[in-house]
Amino acid sequence: MSQAVTKKRLTTSAMIASLAAPGQRTKAAPFGHALTELAATRLDIVGLSADLSKYTDLHIFAKTYPDRFYQMGMAEQLLMSAAAGLAREGALPFVTTYAVFAARRAYDFICMAIAEEKLNVKIVCALPGLTTGYGPSHQATEDIAIFRGMPNLTIIDPCDALEIEQAVPAIAAHDGPVYMRLLRGNVPIVLDEYGYKFEVGKAALLRDGTDALVISSGFMTMRALEAATVLEADRVKLAVLHVPTIKPLDEAKILAEAAKPGRIVIVAENHTVIGGLGEAVATLLLRNGITPVFYQIALPDEFLDAGALPTLHDRYGISAEAVVASIKAWL
Amino acid sequence: MSQTLSNVALDERAYRIRRNALRMGEVQGQGYIAQALGVADVLAVSYFHALTYYAEDPHWEGRDRFLLSIGHYAIALYAVLIEAGILPEAELETYGSDDSRLPMSGMASYTPGMEITGGSLGHGLGIAVGMALGLKRKNSKSFIYNLLSDGELNEGSTWEAAMGASHWKLDNLIAIVDVNGQQADGPSAAMTSREPQVDRWEAFGWYTQRVDGNNIEALVEVFDRARRYDGLKPRMIICDTKMAKGVDFLEAREMNHFLRVDADEWQKALDVLDNGRPT
Repeated sequence: MSQAVTKKRLTTSAMIASLAAPGQRTKAAPFGHALTELAATRLDIVGLSADLSKYTDLHIFAKTYPDRFYQMGMAEQLLMSAAAGLAREGALPFVTTYAVFAARRAYDFICMAIAEEKLNVKIVCALPGLTTGYGPSHQATEDIAIFRGMPNLTIIDPCDALEIEQAVPAIAAHDGPVYMRLLRGNVPIVLDEYGYKFEVGKAALLRDGTDALVISSGFMTMRALEAATVLEADRVKLAVLHVPTIKPLDEAKILAEAAKPGRIVIVAENHTVIGGLGEAVATLLLRNGITPVFYQIALPDEFLDAGALPTLHDRYGISAEAVVASIKAWL
Repeated sequence: MSQTLSNVALDERAYRIRRNALRMGEVQGQGYIAQALGVADVLAVSYFHALTYYAEDPHWEGRDRFLLSIGHYAIALYAVLIEAGILPEAELETYGSDDSRLPMSGMASYTPGMEITGGSLGHGLGIAVGMALGLKRKNSKSFIYNLLSDGELNEGSTWEAAMGASHWKLDNLIAIVDVNGQQADGPSAAMTSREPQVDRWEAFGWYTQRVDGNNIEALVEVFDRARRYDGLKPRMIICDTKMAKGVDFLEAREMNHFLRVDADEWQKALDVLDNGRPT
C-alpha cells in the first residue's frame, strides 16, 4: 500500500481557522479595516491590545496610527483598567483580546472599572464560542453567559464581514460599554444578499417561512440561512430572524415573530446551551405567555474537544449539515 | 488652587481631617476609622500642599486627579473633601446612611471629588495608568495621584500596572502606598511578604521614596521631590503610617482594621484628639 493511500486527510486543531467554506466569498480583516477608516474622522479612537493585536486584526489600526495604539502586554487586568482610565480622559478605547481572556480573566475589571461607570469602552474579542479547535483554554463557549449578567453592557454577536464593518461605527456612536464578538482573518460575506443594515439593539427578519422560525446570532445566522436553502428543496420553509444584539434584546421583534402561529421556534447560537441567546429568548417568550414548540441549537455544557473546526462543528451540531439534520428531525 | 491661598497649617488640616472622620465613624458606630486616622497626614499634604484643584469645581479639567483605589478609605477621603470645601460639613451626619452621597465604600457616581469607584482592590493603579496616558494625549500638565494600601500590593493587577507605568514612562503618575501593616485577616506581613518594597518598586522602574507617613514635614519633602523629579519614570511614595494615629487608646488595639467603638468612647476619642490639637 502506498503512503498516499494510508495517509489520513489533513486536519488541524491550530488556533486560527477560517469559518469560510471552500469557495465562499470572504473579506480580510473587516474589523481592522473598518476601525482604521473610522479613526480617520474620529480622532478620539485609541486601540489597546494585550499581545493579540495581530490575532484580532487590530494591527492594521496600529500600523496606521502607531501613536494611538497601546500595547499593554499580556496583562488583561491592566488592559481593561487602563482602557477605563483612557475613557475617563475623553478617549474612545477599542480594546481587543481573545474572548476567553476578557470574559474569564478580566471580568472584575470590565465590571467595576468600565461597566459600573458606563464608560465608553468597546471590547472586541476574537475566538468567540467554538471558532478555534485549540481546546477549552481558547474556546469562549460561555462568554455571553458570563457577560449577560453585567449591567450596562451591550453585547453584539455579528454574523459576517459586512456586519462587522457596519457594527464598528455603530458601536463607536453608541454611548456606553460594548462587548462585541469578533470574527477575524478571512471572514465570510453573507448578508449582502439580504439588504441588511446593522443597528445596535435591532433584530432583522432575513427571510420568512411558515414551518419554523430560527432565531440566531453570530455565524449561526449564516448556518441558518444555509440550512434554509437546503430545506427549501424539501419544501420546508424556514424563517430566519437575525439577533446580533444579545443585550439588550429586541424584545418586540422577537415576540412578534415567535407569536405567529404554526411555526416551531429554534434558537441557534455559537455558545453553550446555558445562559446565551436561547435562554434569553426562552424567558422572554415565557414571561409574555408565548409558548411555541421550542428547540435550541447550541454547544453542549461541556469543555469541548480539540480538533479541526469542521470536525468539531459536525460533532457539536453547529455545522450546516448538522443544523439541517436537527431541524428535519424536529419538524 | 486652594492650598496656596490658605494660611492654615498642615497639622491643623490633619487634625480637622481626623475629627471629621471620627464624627462620621460615630454616625455608624464602626468603620475604617483607624485607617482614616493613620492616613490623615498624607491626605493633608496631598490636598493642602501637593494637589492643584478648585473646590467649587471639583471636576475642572486642569485639576490634579486623586484616585482612591481603596474604597473602604472613603471615610478618610470624605473627611478631607469636607475640609477642602468640596463637600459641605453638614453632610458628614449622613455617612453610610440610606440615600447619602457618602456611602461606606467610595464610588465615583455618588460623591463629588471621588474620581473612581474603588472597593475591588487592585483596580486603581491600572486606571491611573490609563488616565496618565490620557492626560499625555491631551498634553495636560496635571498629575494623577493614586492612593493604595499595602494590602493592595497582594493583588497581581497592581503589579501589571506597575510594569505598564514604567514601560510608558508615566512621569505624570504619583502613587502613594499607605503601609499601615494591617489587613482584614491580620498583619500584612503574615499575608505575602511585603518587603523589600523600595527595592521592588525600583526594580519595576519607579522613582521610589519611603517616608514616615505621619511626619508632615517629611511628607512635604517627598511630595515635592516626587513632583520635581525630572526622570521619565512614575513616582512612588511609600508611607509608613500608624493605624489610629492621634487617638492613643485606639492605636493600642491589636486588631484595628475594622474598628467597633462603644458609644461612650467616641467622645473620649474626640477629647483625646482635641487635647492633641496643634497650637
